[in-house]
Amino acid sequence: MTMTAAPPTPTARLTRGKRTDPRSAVFAAALWLCLAAACVFLLIVLATIVAKGWHRFDLDLVDNQPSRLRPETAGVQSAIFGTLWVMGGTILLALPLGIGAAIYLEEYADSTKWWNKLIELNIQNLVAVPAIIYGILTLAFVVRGPISVGAVVIAGSVALALLILPVVIITTREALRAVPREIRDASLALGATQWQTTWRQVLPAAVSGIATGTILALSRAIGEAAPLILVGATVFVTVNPDGVLDRYTVLPVQIYRQVSLPGIEMEQLLWATILLLIVILLLMNGMAIWLRNRFQRRW
Amino acid sequence: MTIRQLTRATVVVVATGLALAACGGSDDSGSGGGEGGEAVSGAVVIDGSSTVEPLSSAAAELFMGENPDANVTVGTSGTGGGFKKFCAGETDISDASRPISDEEIAICEEHNIAYTELLVANDALSVVVNKENDWAECLTVEQLNKMWAPDSTVKNWNEVDPSFPNEPLELFGAGSDSGTFDYFTGAINGEEGASRTDYKPTEDDNVTVTGVAGTKGALGYFGFSYLEENTDKIKAVKIDGGDGCVEPAAKTAQDGTYKPLARPLFIYVSDAGLKKPQVLAFAEFYLEENKSIVEAAKFITLTDEQVKTAQDELADLKAKVGAK
Amino acid sequence: MTTGPVTAGSLGAGSPPPAGPPIDLSTRRNRVGERIIKVLLAGSALLSVAITVGIAVALLTPLTTFFSNVGLGEFLTGTSWTAGFGDKSSWTDKDWGVLPLVLGTLSTTVIALLVAVPFGLGTAIYLSEYARPKVRKVLKPLLEILAGVPTVVYGVFALTIITPILQDLVGVEIFNNLSPGVVMGFMIIPTVASLSEDAMSAVPSALREGSYALGSNRMQTTLRVVFPAALSGIVAAIVLGISRAVGETMIVAIAAGNQPQFTFNPLVGAQTMTGFIAQVASGDAPQGSPVYYSLFAVGALLFVITLVINAISIALVRKFRQAY
Repeated sequence: MTMTAAPPTPTARLTRGKRTDPRSAVFAAALWLCLAAACVFLLIVLATIVAKGWHRFDLDLVDNQPSRLRPETAGVQSAIFGTLWVMGGTILLALPLGIGAAIYLEEYADSTKWWNKLIELNIQNLVAVPAIIYGILTLAFVVRGPISVGAVVIAGSVALALLILPVVIITTREALRAVPREIRDASLALGATQWQTTWRQVLPAAVSGIATGTILALSRAIGEAAPLILVGATVFVTVNPDGVLDRYTVLPVQIYRQVSLPGIEMEQLLWATILLLIVILLLMNGMAIWLRNRFQRRW
Repeated sequence: MTIRQLTRATVVVVATGLALAACGGSDDSGSGGGEGGEAVSGAVVIDGSSTVEPLSSAAAELFMGENPDANVTVGTSGTGGGFKKFCAGETDISDASRPISDEEIAICEEHNIAYTELLVANDALSVVVNKENDWAECLTVEQLNKMWAPDSTVKNWNEVDPSFPNEPLELFGAGSDSGTFDYFTGAINGEEGASRTDYKPTEDDNVTVTGVAGTKGALGYFGFSYLEENTDKIKAVKIDGGDGCVEPAAKTAQDGTYKPLARPLFIYVSDAGLKKPQVLAFAEFYLEENKSIVEAAKFITLTDEQVKTAQDELADLKAKVGAK
Repeated sequence: MTTGPVTAGSLGAGSPPPAGPPIDLSTRRNRVGERIIKVLLAGSALLSVAITVGIAVALLTPLTTFFSNVGLGEFLTGTSWTAGFGDKSSWTDKDWGVLPLVLGTLSTTVIALLVAVPFGLGTAIYLSEYARPKVRKVLKPLLEILAGVPTVVYGVFALTIITPILQDLVGVEIFNNLSPGVVMGFMIIPTVASLSEDAMSAVPSALREGSYALGSNRMQTTLRVVFPAALSGIVAAIVLGISRAVGETMIVAIAAGNQPQFTFNPLVGAQTMTGFIAQVASGDAPQGSPVYYSLFAVGALLFVITLVINAISIALVRKFRQAY
């Protein structure tokens, strides 16, 4: 149907939308610009980090310990191992508890009962609580208070585990929810118990979603400095931790400290440490995305 | 993905991590031949002032170069925060950029923590201004007090002294939770903690340097080692403490002519800590190798006299502790 | 497969029951183990409640001390906050009005939202309605990376890269709220975008197709059909962005400075609530001192604000939810 110059007839009106309307074009362009702005910002950040950090991004960074006297060869090995130890503890604490809680809420809990609704509301609130509050909590109860272990690795793990626990619970629930009802029903129909169904059917089906969500939560935890500063990740540590009751430092806290140190070598070390942290995070994010794409089940 | 595959992957990751842990852990070995004697091992826990931290960290590094099995860690909870932990028995050594206060002494007594105060370096708290500032070559304590007093509303240099030009005054300084702040306010305003509140407080001395270097009418203060590192960006003001204008320098800090802003830097060692051989060895090292440690960290060394006094105190202490 | 004493007679109404003892079909055999597992799992879930209770207790006890010394009215309405200054053990020589900190948080949050909401929604609409699947597949991970960069890195970026640019462009001070606000805004874009995009993708295509069938173009469909239908999810996304901005610590701690100012001016640095908590906690707050208790007071206020924002979000989501 062609558009005539005559006053719009009903048929003409119906085709008007097919023409490129300047307002639509502008709108689409504006939308594209929004996306472009976000991407450009990210590229600027990454480019700056690479440009400034490349100079010191060498084996010394990983092989050597922090040093005041020789900043040009100083490294951050104690922070790398500190991060690994703290993350290990965080995984061991947050994963079983988070998955357990999610299984309870999805598979076992009667969602009409008020106490289960309270638990759900509670978890939603905890996701939004700032990280520093978890640091205060850990400081009050684990570093001092009843448990009183001091500024050691396990305290850092607890702080981060508390931080990511709500996120793990929520993403695990989503992963469990994505498993179709029919799988559960069939299993129960064959006589399996609730737990057998969960353990042997639902969890294996949801594993990729759980793994992806957990890796993303961990990658957020790795970058956290505020709660760890509160629980006392020490600033100058030149020995890798040997156990969970050792003093430690982590990469984000080192970065925070390096900002205020003088000298051009320290500045270069700062950017190199940032580059290292970003590389680790990109690897983790990449792994999560690969897991999601490779193992995602389509029902 | 099955549970089995996931378990296998996790085992691989954990095994890799453990393997890395096993072959990692190389220290940056320090230079320095000290005297002979056996190397000690064990932990030394230090916390306290962030001004003294570079010095203690330098000492720690050199010490660990000779004693690879020792593990000296240094925290920066601030002078007061460090004392709090020290008096609770959580640390062996406390770094301090001001002497221990009466309240803190009381807390230590409450917890039965006996300690020794040792001088480890001198510092010249430097007042710095922009390089283009050609009018404030020398400032008296009264002029500084005018700028920094708790009720001060001075916003312009010409309010400090009519002979100064019409230039807005921008103040940078230490945060209220630092020992440097305590010392500066005590010396300039007569009372620790008394200060105007509308300045830019920061623990990041790089920011102070950038801020002062970037604003013609800016003024800031920090420890001598930062001045030394940044003489190309900012310049120091001479201070007239009643006996003429004195510039911050190693000599003027050591002989006390740079008043009232020459200050001693301390470490406090607990008796309980000294009972551990590695802590005792570290304290001795700190004093014996004082000159090389302080020079490596770019601080101001102790005079020979001060070193002797400290060493005597330490010897006394050693005897006292060893006798127990 | 196990069975219990449910008799087979109740099944199959028409067929004759088989001869012999009744077949046990119940699953009672595993009940004990099942029950233990259920209790363990419920325990994990209750842990989250325990955490909230723990937060409340950790904050409440010092709160009682704080509010027995400082009036609630003065705390909530005072416009000057000088917690760290003055005598370290005195309550009365300080101003305890928390509004400067609240304003600091507010100004950075508003600036962040001015960046995050338009760009975030624009990105979400583009990804959901306009982008081809391949583009979406590449861009979504990219956005996740934008959100995944550690906040301490963003803080360093804001201070050392963005602030100098802004100083040339608009003349901000070295500590300001504009720089961290803008960087925070970009950091929050993925949060807003991905939740909004999920909400818009969840709108059934039937609604879109109906709109196209009636002759609208894509813009009209998006703005008049999809957007209103997804409004509840979009509102939730924005509110989540708000709570992230309010709770953000490192970016403001590094780039906004430590000077509480009762101002909305983004060109100067106004300390936020989170910045204050970080400053006190990492510096020297002797336990039992007024400034130590003020840390918990500000922390409690922050926690309450977060809960309120969350409650508003839930209420708004319920109000705008469209059932398809």
